[in-house]
Amino acid sequence: MEKLIRSGSNTMKRDLLLFIGFSVLIMVAPQLFAGGYLMNVLVFVGINTMLAIALNLLLGYAGQISLGHAGFFGLGAYISGILTTTFSLNPWLAMPIAALAVGCLAGVIGFPILKLKGHYLAMASLGLGIIMYIVFNETVELTGGPSGLSGIPNMKLAGVSFDSDVKNYYLIWGFTLAVMLFSINLANSRVGRALRAVHDSEVAAQVLGVNARLLKVQIFALSAIISSLAGSLYAHTMTFISPASFGFNFSIELLTMVVIGGLGSIYGSFLGAALLTLLPEILRGANDYDIIIYGGLLVLMVMYMPGGLVRGIPDLFKKIFKPKGGADHA
Amino acid sequence: MNVKFTHYVIAAATLLFSSNVFAAAPIKIGALFAVTGPAAFLGEPERNSAKMVIDEINKAGGVKGRKLELIVYDTAGDATKAVQLATKLIKDDKVVAIIGPSTTGETMAVIPVAEKEQIPLISCSAGSKITDPIKKWVFKTAQNDALAVGRIYEYLQKTKQTSVSILTVSDGFGASGREQLKVQAAKYGITVVSDDTYGPKDTDMTAQLTKIRGTHSQAIICWGTNPGPAVIAKNARQLGIKTPLFMSHGVSSKKFIELAGEAAEGIKLPSGKVVVADLLANSDQQKKPLMAFVKDYQKHYKAEGDHFGGHAWDAVMLIRHAVENGADTATGIRDQLEKIKGFAGIGGSFNYSAQDHAGLAKDAFVLVEIKNKDWVIVK
Repeated sequence: MEKLIRSGSNTMKRDLLLFIGFSVLIMVAPQLFAGGYLMNVLVFVGINTMLAIALNLLLGYAGQISLGHAGFFGLGAYISGILTTTFSLNPWLAMPIAALAVGCLAGVIGFPILKLKGHYLAMASLGLGIIMYIVFNETVELTGGPSGLSGIPNMKLAGVSFDSDVKNYYLIWGFTLAVMLFSINLANSRVGRALRAVHDSEVAAQVLGVNARLLKVQIFALSAIISSLAGSLYAHTMTFISPASFGFNFSIELLTMVVIGGLGSIYGSFLGAALLTLLPEILRGANDYDIIIYGGLLVLMVMYMPGGLVRGIPDLFKKIFKPKGGADHA
Repeated sequence: MNVKFTHYVIAAATLLFSSNVFAAAPIKIGALFAVTGPAAFLGEPERNSAKMVIDEINKAGGVKGRKLELIVYDTAGDATKAVQLATKLIKDDKVVAIIGPSTTGETMAVIPVAEKEQIPLISCSAGSKITDPIKKWVFKTAQNDALAVGRIYEYLQKTKQTSVSILTVSDGFGASGREQLKVQAAKYGITVVSDDTYGPKDTDMTAQLTKIRGTHSQAIICWGTNPGPAVIAKNARQLGIKTPLFMSHGVSSKKFIELAGEAAEGIKLPSGKVVVADLLANSDQQKKPLMAFVKDYQKHYKAEGDHFGGHAWDAVMLIRHAVENGADTATGIRDQLEKIKGFAGIGGSFNYSAQDHAGLAKDAFVLVEIKNKDWVIVK
């Protein structure tokens, strides 16, 4: 934050104000919904926001696709889960261990697979995700296999156990806001500009002195680390994990959140995550038709808001409130 | 003194009146079923059966003058969703009991919620670990895998077949079956000579079966739900394997016979009594409810009622039983459930107690054989 203030430029100030406004909104939200089921959904909005930001850093900024992020999410959850149950480790210790392990793994795997481009990268990351899913399923002695791992403890801090939705909301949104601030800062930094350069043209970026290959691996590892953190938080919130939550479908859902929300926008990731998490709840009243409406809405959004919600919503407002006909201006 | 007395009378009258009003309110029961997704073959008949029986109870005037209201949510077989929806049922819908979820994985995920919020949960899934160790608020209606395994092993012991190959699916159902198959083998003097698994979506199991053929085991036991076991039956036939093939209760519906066709002939499996309801002796106390269930289901949904639907039917009936015995709160229902004895349902005869929340004994299963595209009871 210090860095943001010191840099002093107008956009930075605006970013900071926007972020503070957003944080305040997030922090007072429980006052409106506390107690009900919505609180529980908002906890998941937080986790999904974190995951969408992780994927957006990779896809929206560096232009590298991953269809295996549910795997990193699961790996974080499982490492945390196993360390705290089988080895009775403190969750606060298990979380960084998981993040570090996942980060190292992503770094090692990143070198060979990020050489690939386009469809080939998509296929490789897809394979990676599926391998991790199979590992969760098949290593029954370690992960409990398909029937899952239960009895994971809640997080504790200074004698307070995070065992209710409201407490978990603050815990998870605390982390999510930190990740948001970090990502906004990163996007506006030299690294962020280098990432966008790689996105537009890897060759041009390299000519300008950006080590594109290393940068791609670094951002891949960072993205995996954030996913792993989200996984650890998920495990300690749910207190139960099973492989079904970390399958290929979830990777696709994350991708949808990022694209619907808006590529290359941190708040877009929040909008995408919020929409895709809340929409099924809103549509539940439509009984068996909810899937059709859900699918239809997504198609419409992609067609009419190609830049994602973060650009589409302001455009929509402009269209609605701009005087029609244009004769007045002429 | 007089004034005070009048106050008491008014207070008592109000109380009486308000409790009357309260009595008319429906009793809300929540249900979580995997109506869509990979476990839809469980969730759909469960939802249908639960709705059917609740409608019937209400048409007949409810229980003790109070209607039952069923709130069903679709979990799509996803543990995260199941937990969220359980929270929704408890916090927003204020249900007094929850039926489901359909799969063991989801149930294990929901248990901490039910325990914390103190709402009775009657699971429709089979995993033994749901009620072992015992959890205060958790019951189940599906027969334990342990009982099904016991049924097969008993038969093998009787027919002096001592070496088996097991082939289980890598999901919650298969994992639980695999564990039981391995744990119980020694008790019946059986050795497991090969232990293989297959993926729920695999379409060819010749590799595993070729390996099993090499072991010369006396029986092959496959543990899975449709469509995997049908593929295995067909593959075994193609490979010319003559070793007797046993399946789990996971395929005890007509669907399996349809899928496996010719290859289903001669396969033996433990099954809930529902598929052979008409073959049961009249003295069997389950015969009456079973016949009623099968007929009803046929009438409402033009399909054969299977034992998956039966799990939900049993759960609703057990709750009705508890309400009939005077319970209308979460705690009351839990306490009454624990006292239920000798309740003849679809899955078997239920005897719950403080030490047993699964409630069924080995007689809940019969061993059936597929002959001429139908079921025959193996004596």
